[in-house]
Amino acid sequence: MSKIAVSFTLNGRKVEVEVEPRRTLADVIRDDCGLTGTHTGCEHGVCGACTIIVNGQTVRSCLMFGAQAEGAEIRTVESLSAGDTLHPLQEAFVQHHGLQCGFCTPGFLMLACGTLEANPQMDEEEMRDILSSNLCRCTGYENILKAVKDGAERMRGEP
Amino acid sequence: MKPAPFTLHRPSDVAEAAQLLTRFADDEVRILAGGQSLVPMMAFRLARPGHLIDINGLGELAQITQSDGAIEIGALVRHNDIASAEIEGATGALLKKVMPNIAHHPIRARGTICGSLAHADPSSEWCLSAATLDAVLLARSATGKREIAARDWFTGAMSTSLQADELLTGVRLPVLPEGTRFGFQEFSRRKGDFAICAALVVFEIHYGVIEEARIGIGGAEDHPRRIAEGEAVLKGQRPSAELFARAGAAVAAALDPMEDHSTKAAYRRDLACDLVEGALQEAAR
Ligand SMILES: Cc1cc2nc3c(=O)[nH]c(=O)nc-3n(C[C@H](O)[C@H](O)[C@H](O)COP(=O)(O)OP(=O)(O)OC[C@H]3O[C@@H](n4cnc5c(N)ncnc54)[C@H](O)[C@@H]3O)c2cc1C
Ligand code: FES
Ligand code: FES
Repeated sequence: MSKIAVSFTLNGRKVEVEVEPRRTLADVIRDDCGLTGTHTGCEHGVCGACTIIVNGQTVRSCLMFGAQAEGAEIRTVESLSAGDTLHPLQEAFVQHHGLQCGFCTPGFLMLACGTLEANPQMDEEEMRDILSSNLCRCTGYENILKAVKDGAERMRGEP
Repeated sequence: MKPAPFTLHRPSDVAEAAQLLTRFADDEVRILAGGQSLVPMMAFRLARPGHLIDINGLGELAQITQSDGAIEIGALVRHNDIASAEIEGATGALLKKVMPNIAHHPIRARGTICGSLAHADPSSEWCLSAATLDAVLLARSATGKREIAARDWFTGAMSTSLQADELLTGVRLPVLPEGTRFGFQEFSRRKGDFAICAALVVFEIHYGVIEEARIGIGGAEDHPRRIAEGEAVLKGQRPSAELFARAGAAVAAALDPMEDHSTKAAYRRDLACDLVEGALQEAAR
C-alpha cells in the first residue's frame, strides 16, 4: 500500500510522517511519533483510552485515520505537564486517587481537559455525563469524578 | 483490530465524490464521514472496503439551511453541532432533546447525522427522528439527484435504498410549528449505549384536542417507523393519562419486535408501551 505524507502539529511541534491510509491516528501518534501516553484499549471506540484533542475537539483517536490529521492541531497527555509541574487536573488525580493502574488515565485527563476548556463551569451532572464516555476497570469512577471536580476548580483558578 | 488496507480518496467537491463512487463501484467503495461506525466495523474487519472516499474536506456539506418551511442538514453536520445550531420552530428543540442520547460526547464530536441515516442501525436516534418526522433524504450520483422519503429509505437492519453509486448529501426535515408538543424516551442499560427501544412522539393541540399526532418507534423492529395504530388512538382526543396508556398499548400490539439472546420480543413490546406512554406525558406537560 502506498503511503501518504501527513503533517500536523503535535503538542505544539510540527511533525511530518508518511503513513499507510489504514493506520489509525492513535497508532500514528504512538508508533510513528513515539508518544505512547495515548493508550489503545478496545480500538473500536468503546473505552476512551485513546481520547485526545484535535482542533479543540475531544475525540477518539482510534476512530480517525492518521491521514485525516493533515493540518490539524493535536494535543495528547504529554502536553499537560510543563516539565515537573503537573497540570491542575493531573494534580487533582494524584490527590484524589483518580487512578490505580493508570491505563485509562491519559484518556480521562484529555477528556476532562478538552471538555472543561470548552465549558469551564460544567456542573456535576454534565461531568457525570461526559465521564460516562470512558471506561476504568480499577477506580469505580467516584474518585475520578472527585478529581475532575477539584481539577475544574483549580483550572478556574479557585483554591 | 487493525483495518485492512484500502486506498484513500479526498475529493475536493461533491461532484468529484460522486464520480469516485461510480469509478470504484465494483471494489466495495465507501464514504467516510465521521467514521464512528465505519472505522469500528473496519477494525473488526466486518467491512473491508477497497476504497474510502473521505468527505470531511467538503465544507459545502457542513451547512444547515432553512427555507420554505424546511430544514436541510448537510452530510457533514455532526451530532454535537445540533447543540449550538439555530434551528427554526419546534424542530430545533426536538433535535436538541434527542441528540444527547446518542453515544458519548467525543463520538458526537465526529459522527454525522447523515452517517447515522446511511448506517441505519435499528436503534439510531436520528433514524427514528427521520422516520417520525417523514424526513426526505437527498441523494446524489454522478448522473443526477434523487429525493427519498424516509418510509422508503429503510429496507432492513443497516440497509437502505441508497444505491452503491449514490452519496447522501443531506436530509430535509419539516419545520414543526411553534407550540408543537414532543416527547422522547429511550431505554438502554448504560448511558450512551444503543437503545433497546426508543419512542418519539409529536402532536399539536388545537381547541383542546390532539391533532397531527406522530408516534415513532426505534430499536424494536429492524428499522424505525411510525405506528399508525397508536396515532389513531390519539386523533381528535383530549390528552389524558388514560388516553396515553391506551396509545402505548395500541403501539405495543402493532409491533413485531426483534429478538436476540439478551432481549425477548415481549420485553421490547412492554418497553415500547411504557416509553410511548412516558413520551406522551412528557409532550403534554
Ligand atoms: C461507542 C459508540 C456508541 C455509539 N452509540 C450510538 C447511539 O447510541 N446511537 C446512535 O445512533 N449511534 C451511536 N453510535 C454511532 C454513531 O452515531 C455514528 O456517528 C453514526 O452511526 C455514523 O455516523 P458517521 O458520520 O460516524 O458515519 P461513518 O462511520 O463514517 O459511516 C457509517 C456508514 O455510513 C456510510 N455513510 C456515511 N456518510 C454517508 C454519506 N453522506 N453518503 C453515503 N454513505 C454514507 C458509510 O459509508 C458507512 O457505511 C455509537 C458509536 C460508538 C463508537
Ligand atoms: S482505544 Fe479508542 S476508544 Fe478504546
Ligand atoms: S486506573 Fe486502571 S483502568 Fe482506570
